[in-house]
Parts: sequence; structure tokens; C-alpha cells
Amino acid sequence: MNLFCIGLSHHRADVEMRENFAGHAETDRVLRDCGCSEALLLSTCNRVEVYAASEPFIPTKQIARCLARTNALEVDDRLETFYRYEHADCVRHLFRVASGLDSMVLGETEILGQAKKAYEAARIAGATGRYLHRLFQRAFRVAKQVRTHTEITRGAVSVGSVAVDLAQKIFGDLRDCKVLVVGAGETSERTVRALVSRGVSDLRVSNRSPERAESLALAVGGRAVRFDEWPQQCGEIDILVTSTSSEVPLISREKLAPVVRERIDRPLFIIDIAVPRDVAPDVNALEGVYLYDIDSLRSIAEQSLATRRAQIAAAEEIISKHVSDFIESIARGLNRSASTGHPGVSENSLRASES
Amino acid sequence: VDRYLLIISTVCFLVAIAHTALEMRGGTFRPMRFNFFAVGLGFVFQTAFLSIRGHAIGRCPITNLFEVVIFVAWSVALFYILVGPAYRLSLMGAFTAPLVVLLQLFALTAPIDHPHARRTPANSWLEFHASISLVAYGAFALACIAGVMYLIQERQLKTHELHSIFYRLPPLSDLFAAITRLLWWGFGLYTVGLISGFFVGEPLPWRQIVCAVGVWILYGLILQGRYLRWFAPKRVAALCIIGFSAALTLLWGITFTTPTHTP
Repeated sequence: MNLFCIGLSHHRADVEMRENFAGHAETDRVLRDCGCSEALLLSTCNRVEVYAASEPFIPTKQIARCLARTNALEVDDRLETFYRYEHADCVRHLFRVASGLDSMVLGETEILGQAKKAYEAARIAGATGRYLHRLFQRAFRVAKQVRTHTEITRGAVSVGSVAVDLAQKIFGDLRDCKVLVVGAGETSERTVRALVSRGVSDLRVSNRSPERAESLALAVGGRAVRFDEWPQQCGEIDILVTSTSSEVPLISREKLAPVVRERIDRPLFIIDIAVPRDVAPDVNALEGVYLYDIDSLRSIAEQSLATRRAQIAAAEEIISKHVSDFIESIARGLNRSASTGHPGVSENSLRASES
Repeated sequence: VDRYLLIISTVCFLVAIAHTALEMRGGTFRPMRFNFFAVGLGFVFQTAFLSIRGHAIGRCPITNLFEVVIFVAWSVALFYILVGPAYRLSLMGAFTAPLVVLLQLFALTAPIDHPHARRTPANSWLEFHASISLVAYGAFALACIAGVMYLIQERQLKTHELHSIFYRLPPLSDLFAAITRLLWWGFGLYTVGLISGFFVGEPLPWRQIVCAVGVWILYGLILQGRYLRWFAPKRVAALCIIGFSAALTLLWGITFTTPTHTP
């Protein structure tokens, strides 16, 4: 039985190419018609991959045709963009993908959920058998082990998610946090959306242009505050996001100190993503105030990425051990089935042993 | 034999520390599980020690400074076992184990385990008063540990220097909530201990009363300051450390449950 993976990913294929070969509703059936005894399609925004098991050798071109969105799509001159991994290489590739080592953002965990969904869909469609079942269950285990035994997922690697992580380290649960956004720029919008995704519901938006404030407030489910009124809000809020185009700092230590004294038992997290900065740096010296500007957020993101990169070797080591073990276990299963004339391991026993 | 139990218990806590150090060095620390097990095992041996010692002397084993230090270490482990999982404060075990080891190493190495000159009849009110006060010390110790964790986390957030431990430590708000609850637990138990002291039925030395009331006032002021917003959370955390250090030092000045023995 040949176990193989054929696909396209962000490494070599641009988004248009990935769109053209993203598969379609009938892909599973078509793959089975190609001669695959088991087949699974993993399609995400960064990759389109087919994992399959087949008795005969199936050329890459044939799989690429199955993935093409339309019959009119010319496959031949795009074939070199596809990669193909067989047997142990296929196993290794899937383990790396599931662990986030092959992702655009190293160590991201979304891919694991997508792989689980793809597996579930194929299982329900009856497209998986004992090989793919065993392979994917092991991949999920490997990904979990890599995540727990290395720091490949540690820290956030974008400005918005770093800000949200820091907010969670200060306030814990963000659902009760009050957020004020001063300056409705693109970066502040991204940061606010990241905060909303973690449960923030009390959002106030202030901008020199009231229309823009209204528009962002509407988009993120908050309320607009007049630009001359935002300083009065500082006593109530927990998180302040500033990104105005002001040439001079809007907040100085002298202005903020009385407000902070009034709220001595509640921390204030200030995310200043404006250039030039909206908040004077010495504000950070006030008790209970945590000020982060764009450079400090970027520096933390880079530090996290460096930490993740430093964990690649440890993750690869875990994966290598599992690849050898998996290949051995498959071989043992095949030998047993050859000597008894029966399948080496039944699907039920596999489920019990791998889940 | 009882000292061997104490040595085994100390080894359990040392294993917890070594495990934490190794895991954190490798960047693969998984909080709670191993530490909870190691501290739990250490607690079992501490309990066995206290039980054997208690049977041997026919009373609650808090008759000299050695036994009192072990009883405080036992209370710290007890509070960690009760509070650690409930408050879900990761790394608390990693911070608890060193304190327990320090207390037990001090008890084992310092010449403070003096045999009792003569046996006096047990006074149940006196034993209750002393033991409940020492259990309160366990809560104050945990508040002190949470205070240390708070200050470490706060410092990293202030300086923007986020080390590996930053991602393992709980949020500031959770730590502050834990500090407040532990202060209340400690203060409540200590108050019960203090009140029960009036029912002992024998005159207590003035030095003991002054020390006990001093500790009570100190923690009362910390709690008062926290609720009247005199202090920022960082100050409360620092005061928990100062308060526990002071309370521990004052143990020297206290006469324990054997009236004949004064350290």
C-alpha cells in the first residue's frame, strides 16, 4: 500500500494557484475514482493537500486534476509547484503540518483544528480507512505532544495579539474590561478586534473625525465618544488604545497622575501604537500603569518568534521519534496481516489504541 | 525515626524544586501535576512526623521552636494543597516548595529541638489556640508566596522584559484576588486563635501577647489598607512579604505550649 501526500502550500504556490486547486464538493469521490483506497483533502487558506493510500501508483498529475476547480484548468505547466511525499516522508510532513512547523506563522495552532475537521469530514464520507485513521490519530497526538513539551506556541507573534496577551496577563478575564480607543486607525482597529475576540464588550471609540469614530464603533460593537470628552473616560476604563496623528503627546505624566491616584486599586494598560507617540514615556513610571508603544509590542512579537524558532529542533526530534515508531507499527501490522491473511489491526482496535 | 520522616519529606520538596528548575531550563514546564504530587507526598511525610511526635509527647507537637517551624511548614503545604488547585494558580507549587524546604532545613540543622524538661498536663484550649494560630501562619505564608509571584509578574510587565516565567505565571488580577482571599483566611483563623487564647485558663507571658496582637494588627492594617484603597496592589503584595517575614521572626519571641520552655 502506498501512503502519500500531494499538495500545494504557501511556500511555493501563490494564493491564486491555491484557489485554483482548492478542490470541490466532489473531490473525495473523484479521488476514490482515481484509485485511492483512502483519501483525505486538507484545504486551508495556506495549503491544499491530499493524503491518500492506494495499491497502484497514482501520478501527481492525476491528483492535481482532481483538485482543479474547473476541468478547463491547465494542469501540466503547474505541476512543478506541487510537492509529493511518500511513505515516511508523508508521515513526517503531516506531523510537521499538524504541529504548526510548516505554517506561515510558525507554531500556530489553528491548523490542528482544521486537520481534525478535514479528518472528521473524510471519516463521515467513508473516505478514510485504517491507514489514514491511524496516521491522523497519531498526527493529533504528536501535535499535542509538541505543543506541551516545547515552547513552539509560546507568546504572540503579531502586534495585536501581543497587546491582547499582555492585557490578559494584567486583567485575566477581559470580559469585564472597559476599553477606550482614541484614534480610529487601521492598527487600532486590528487591536480592538483582537480584544473583542477575547470577550471585551465595553468599547468606546473617539476620533477627531466623529464619522470615523461612529463607523469603527459600529463595526466593533462599541459606542462613539466625542474627541473632547475622551480624557474624562480615563478614570473608568481599563485599557486605552491610542493611535492619533498628533504631533505632540496627548497624555503626559502630570495629566494622568491625578486620574491614577483616584483608581489606585485598578491597573491601567495603555497601548500606544501612534508614531509619533501619543503618550509620554514617563507615564509608565506611574504606579499601576503599564505603557506599551509600538516598538515594545514589536520587540515582544519578535522575541516570541525567536523563541518559537529556537524550539524547532526539539519539535523535529519529537516528530522523528514518532515517524520511526509509526512506520514500524505500520510494518508490524502489514506483516501480521500477511501471515494470517487478515488485516493486521482492525479499525476498532486502532481507534481504541490511538484515541 | 521521626527525623527520618522529616528528611524524606524535605527530599520530596527538594525533588519538586529540582523538577521545576530542570523543566523551566528546558522551557517545557507543565505546571501543577508533578509539583502537586511531590508536595502532596512531602505533606504525607510531614503529617506522619507530626503524628509520631505528637503521640510521643502526648500533645500537639508544638512544644519547642523545632516543632513549631515544622508545624508552620506543614500548614504552608496544607494551604497549598487546599488552595493551589482551587485558585488554579500555576507555579504556586514551584514557589511553595522552596519556602517549605527552607523552613525544614532550618529546623533540621539548627540546634532548636530541645527535649522537654518535664511533662505538664495538656491544656486543650492552649493547644487549640497555638495550633490554629500556626495554621493561620500557613495562610499568611501562601499570601506571601502569591505576593512574590505578583511582584515578579508586575516587574516584568513594567520593564517590558518578558522572560520564560512570564508566560507561566498567573495574571496580576488572579494573584491579587488570591492574596486577598488568603489574607482573609489567615486573618480569620488568627483572630480565632487570638480569642481562644483568653480561654487558656493560665496567665500568658506579656511578650507573647504583645507579639500575637502585633501580628494581628499588622495583618488587620494590610486588609484595611487594601479595602480603603490606601495601598496599590503592588504595595499590598510587598506588605504580605514584609508581614510574613515579621510574623515568622516574632515566633522567636513566643512561648510555646510547654510553659517550661522558652526559646
